[in-house]
Amino acid sequence: MTVLDVRDLSVDFATEGGTLQALKKVELTVPKNRIVGVVGESGCGKSTLINAILGLLADNGSVTSGRILFEQGQDLAHLDGAAMRALRGRKIATVFQDPMGALNPVLSVGRQMRDIQYRSSVSRKEKDARSVAMLRKVRIPDPEKRLSQFPHEFSGGMKQRIAIAMALMMEPSLLIADEPTTALDATLEVTIIELLKELQQQIGCSVLFISHHLGVIAELCDEMIVMYAGEVVERGTTRDIFHNARHPYTRKLLACDPARLSHRAARLPTIPGTLPDLRRRPTGCVFKTRCEIADGVCSSMPPDTVIAEGHVARCWHTSEALTVEATA
Amino acid sequence: MSEQALIEQRPLTRLGGLGRVLRRIMREPLGALGLSLVVFVVFMALFADLLSSYAPTKLSPADRFQPASWLHLLGTDHLGRDLFSRVLHGGRIALAIALGATGASLVIGIVLGLVAGYGPRWLDNLMLLLFDALKSFPTVMLALTLVTLTGPSLTAVVVVVVLVSVPGYARIIRTQTLVLKSAEHVMAARSMGASTTRILAVHIMPNVIGPILILASMDIPVVVAIEAGLSFLGLGVRPPMPSWGSILNDGFANIRDSYWIVVAGGLPIVLTTLGFTFLGETLRDVFDPRLRGRG
Amino acid sequence: MLRYALKRLGLGIVIVSVAMMMLFAMVYVIPGDPASVALGPRATPQMIEALRARMGLDQPIWMQFLKFYTSAVRGDLGTEVLSGRQVLDVVFEQIPFTLALIAGAISWSVLLGIPLGCIAAVRRGGFVDRVVGILSVAVIALPSFVIAIYSLLIFAVALRWLPAIGAGEPGNLKSQLSALILPSLAVGLGWVGYIARMVRASMLETLEASHIRTARAFGLTDTRITYSYALRIAILPTITLLGVGIGHMLSSSVFAEIVFARPGIGKLVYEAISVRNYPIVTGAVLVTTVFFVVVNVLADIVIGALDPRVRASFD
Repeated sequence: MTVLDVRDLSVDFATEGGTLQALKKVELTVPKNRIVGVVGESGCGKSTLINAILGLLADNGSVTSGRILFEQGQDLAHLDGAAMRALRGRKIATVFQDPMGALNPVLSVGRQMRDIQYRSSVSRKEKDARSVAMLRKVRIPDPEKRLSQFPHEFSGGMKQRIAIAMALMMEPSLLIADEPTTALDATLEVTIIELLKELQQQIGCSVLFISHHLGVIAELCDEMIVMYAGEVVERGTTRDIFHNARHPYTRKLLACDPARLSHRAARLPTIPGTLPDLRRRPTGCVFKTRCEIADGVCSSMPPDTVIAEGHVARCWHTSEALTVEATA
Repeated sequence: MSEQALIEQRPLTRLGGLGRVLRRIMREPLGALGLSLVVFVVFMALFADLLSSYAPTKLSPADRFQPASWLHLLGTDHLGRDLFSRVLHGGRIALAIALGATGASLVIGIVLGLVAGYGPRWLDNLMLLLFDALKSFPTVMLALTLVTLTGPSLTAVVVVVVLVSVPGYARIIRTQTLVLKSAEHVMAARSMGASTTRILAVHIMPNVIGPILILASMDIPVVVAIEAGLSFLGLGVRPPMPSWGSILNDGFANIRDSYWIVVAGGLPIVLTTLGFTFLGETLRDVFDPRLRGRG
Repeated sequence: MLRYALKRLGLGIVIVSVAMMMLFAMVYVIPGDPASVALGPRATPQMIEALRARMGLDQPIWMQFLKFYTSAVRGDLGTEVLSGRQVLDVVFEQIPFTLALIAGAISWSVLLGIPLGCIAAVRRGGFVDRVVGILSVAVIALPSFVIAIYSLLIFAVALRWLPAIGAGEPGNLKSQLSALILPSLAVGLGWVGYIARMVRASMLETLEASHIRTARAFGLTDTRITYSYALRIAILPTITLLGVGIGHMLSSSVFAEIVFARPGIGKLVYEAISVRNYPIVTGAVLVTTVFFVVVNVLADIVIGALDPRVRASFD
């Protein structure tokens, strides 16, 4: 059973310099009770993907093709504003990257937690009790007293835990976590990840976990997708991707991860070249300008090649050996 | 906008060629309107003698309180003077004071700002305190005090304008100077032994002059208003010299029977302040959007 | 919070002290002897000498300032030269009228400016936004005394809708309010423009903030996000703006009081000038300056109370 099924999703933005194709034929599924990771460099379309799912694309952005099927087959890409809003916060909750700015600075935490329960008809007192229970779940000490405090009175890690408490308060079926640990330091990161995993099992929701930290993805996720320049270049189980990556971009990404370097490198390896200008996408494979094994065939659009059950790479050369490890 | 935001600015845009500037202003509807109004007002003031057939101070008791007609385009006042002529000649005084007083404030403000920004810390703090204190007097109250002590005169008007506008210019120059003081090219010049005067003149001034000129152009309507306001109170330009403010004063005494006198006195003030403001807004938006909100 | 308030208050006291020093220096530096100015050209040298002694002008300058400062702190701004009344009493008699005028002006600017700015921000780039934008610039540019005279001409002289002079009958609230409408509009109209622009700008900035995205992601309605979550933050700069604006409104009220023949500080000073009643002028200027600084301190403290971030940044 899947909670989220994205098919052939393309999103365009109208900009001054022409149309920018931010997402191109994106395919991804989030099964029930699973955690799916999304990795990619900044600018690869991760945020656009989230905004498209949430129906929060900027005014100049639009879905040009594809469907975003949620639970029983509601298409989020073509849902009207009111229906979409009814899902947000209740069925689909989000934790954003920046814990400092994610809460309204001039409203108390209690007020904000009460406000997001606006659909519930219970009394104010009961809503507050529910908030306290949630805060306790994310291990905020002394939650009754904390309710009347303002966001700046909490540390970054605490704010992120409050954001998680708010997101899970309505027991959503899908939690979108947009780099929730990027702004935090390493020790906090571990506790937040553990907390997320524990609560996910408790509530039984699915998670779409966006990160550029491969270690976190390996630790937390059952499945993952790799994004590059608005395309899903490879997807599969976490084990598939880490042990049997087939797309050249995925291989380079793995090779560049400092945690996986087999020997001490004098400097961290990086992938040569830069992201293509998405207003002028290259024809065919989007990665060909930075790819060492690109050849003539790469000028036409590569197929989504199935490598194993659920393991797919968008590349012409999935079976070829790659010498990435050597260059790293 | 906070001072912090100004500090974060990159080196500011410099003004380009005049032709290009004009073309960009005319592209904006508000800028085109503003520029036309300003050109119109300046033209009328420059050619006041040619455009009006009466002397601005000539009394003509037989023609008192004439409403507007082809003979007297804006009518006549309680002494039979032609209001059209008085308005045009009043424009000369208004514009001369606006330019003179703004220029004087600019020079003083720039010097004080450079001193505060480049000088020692204690001097900087002292000057900031003085600016704050000066800003805490309501403008008109300050003007009233001054004029009580010196008597009404053009000089008093200019002094009021300088006292009111110098703190603003000086503060901006100071902030910019502080930023530039630690900029790389200034550090380099300093390490090569350039004198303070040279650093200020060559490295710092050219970078601060653009935005300050735009701000000054936006202050011109304020100065016009101060002059007209003081003259309206009888504390600025002294009769019989024509001034928009004193025409308003003459008209105000007779507002119930001869409405056209206040109309004649107020109209040029409205046109001038709107014209310069629209022009200044456009200049700022076109060249330095970051100055937005400092009006 | 208390520490923040005290710090802000201390800064205010320093500024007022320096302002007093400036006022004193101005009186001292400017050519013309206050005593002879006060007595007029026909005074004999003996009269001037006597008055100089009474005003303490024969003392050394620092003694004079010290006396001026210490007595001002005690609330003694001297006595009127001719009637012998306490300056402070005379000034305080007029303050309620000016305060009413400024309160009226603030009401206009807040009641019109905040909704206009808000609508302009929500309809960004649309027709309403453009019209509000141009009107704001226009009313900011127009001098208040021109607005005062023209509104008097239109609404009081030509249409006779509203009274042209005075502050209304004492004790009759309705007549006092109708006498307040035009003068307060003249003082406040420009501030409608300032506030509309400020609210529009800070509203647009706030709507971009990530906590607004969070609120949307939780499915809160647009109305609630705009008018409760965003506006609450967007109106904060208005309070600072109004704090600064009080000074300008005090200036404008001089004109409004003269044009509409309303009692008040401005009219008091203006009339004191024409009879060269110099202690009244400095006394009234000092009182308005203190008032202005106090209002700014209060505005900062209110901001501190409303916006927890400001409090934190001041520590």
